[in-house]
Amino acid sequence: MNRISAVIDRFGRAVLDNIEEMGKILILFLSVLMWMVRPPLKLRLIFKQMEFVGVKSIFVVVLTGTFTGMVMALQGYYGFRMFNAESLVGSTVALGMTRELGPVLTALMVTARAGSAMAAELGTMRVTEQIDALSVMAANPVKHLIVPRIIAGVVMLPALTIVSDFMGILGGYFVGVPILHINEGAFIKNITKMVDLGDIYNGLIKAAFFGLILSLVGCYKGFNTTGGAEGVGKATTEAVVLASVSILISDYFLTAIMF
Amino acid sequence: MIKLVDVHKSFKRQKVLNGINLEIEDGKTTVIIGGSGGGKSVLLKHMIGLLRPDSGQVLVDGVDIASLNDRDLNEIRKKFGMLFQEAALFDSMNVMENIAFPLREHTRKKNDEIRQIVEQRLKAVGLSGVEEKMPSELSGGMRKRVGLARAIALHPRIVLFDEPTTGLDPVMTEAINELIMETQRNFDLTCVVISHDVQSIFKVGHRIAMLYEGKIIEYGTSEAIHNSSNPVLRQFLSGSLEGPISVM
Repeated sequence: MNRISAVIDRFGRAVLDNIEEMGKILILFLSVLMWMVRPPLKLRLIFKQMEFVGVKSIFVVVLTGTFTGMVMALQGYYGFRMFNAESLVGSTVALGMTRELGPVLTALMVTARAGSAMAAELGTMRVTEQIDALSVMAANPVKHLIVPRIIAGVVMLPALTIVSDFMGILGGYFVGVPILHINEGAFIKNITKMVDLGDIYNGLIKAAFFGLILSLVGCYKGFNTTGGAEGVGKATTEAVVLASVSILISDYFLTAIMF
Repeated sequence: MIKLVDVHKSFKRQKVLNGINLEIEDGKTTVIIGGSGGGKSVLLKHMIGLLRPDSGQVLVDGVDIASLNDRDLNEIRKKFGMLFQEAALFDSMNVMENIAFPLREHTRKKNDEIRQIVEQRLKAVGLSGVEEKMPSELSGGMRKRVGLARAIALHPRIVLFDEPTTGLDPVMTEAINELIMETQRNFDLTCVVISHDVQSIFKVGHRIAMLYEGKIIEYGTSEAIHNSSNPVLRQFLSGSLEGPISVM
């Protein structure tokens, strides 16, 4: 009986802890919204973060986008060949990239690269009292540290997704047309016929939402770090896991709403 | 003037401050002493609103900062400078930008003027030619000096020092003590220093307060504290294992 109540107790505690954490993330988000509209906007800090989140992620996004498009074309070709529908490979790759894989893979790659760095950097600042130093100098840490990162996440994720979409389709083209000898005209015609602007826009809206998730979670975990170097490591791991899981779960619901 | 009235603070079930009453005199250096983990830094953080008490008042010039909103609290904070234990310099900025930060944040001074003030402050703490260095390139003592230069950049009235000499060699400890005294005199500051370095305590402190089990158990001039017969204070100052302070 005692063991059962201990299990229930532990489960209940875990549920309450998660609800509390979600509440705290929401409060941080509201605080970010409040500080975002209070002038002056720290443009230099925002551009610095945009460079870090966006420009410096281009290489990894190009690489993942290209190879995802290439493998999709390869897999699609083997399937469609059975029905003599190889010309649909291009549109499948394009739809897959713009609706799903472009935004999701970009978000996961940026989470690993920039979301983790946000948690580690803010976590280190917390344990070395640099965040307290900001407060002591009457400079709000949310405005200085979190607002620029959130803006960078929300703005740069759609931009990176455009790159990923384009490179994915290009990768699909190079595998489909020169290597697998799919008719070039049919390949391109099916893309233009089946992919409309709505697919691209909705993918970009998703990307902006994922950018918000990864930067908010990264900042929250870093900002609330305790326990020295070990705490920074723990915060970084938790940020990547929580942001990645949240991105994949929210992707389902966003897709259900949008398409 | 800073005045703490019956301040209580607990973290989870651990009571750290248990009814603190303390008045910091203007224009003097008050040293707060006490054992490691005894709540000295927590007490200091209450004075500048980094922590809020569970109950009690923290009065700065008669205003209870525990009940202020963020905006009003920031106005009060402009009267303060603080030197953190590890200096807490911003890793991503060089020395120049670190010291210029509060000036850029709260004044409309031009770059030339800011550079001039930074150079003056660096000179005041005995450093020069380090403006372009990053914090990681500085030694512990230099980092503390830069931290002090940043703390006095806006010419505050009150400066808080969180264990300024911890981790420094005896010569550097002496240099930092001299610097605290000189800065206090030259800028006419009210200083609050947290320390457990007995030599430094009597060197820099005009007033000394002993924090023990969450309360101020003794407060007075350095002479009075030196001659006190309080057994806790005697044990602390002599560094003896025998006495009311238990370390096990």
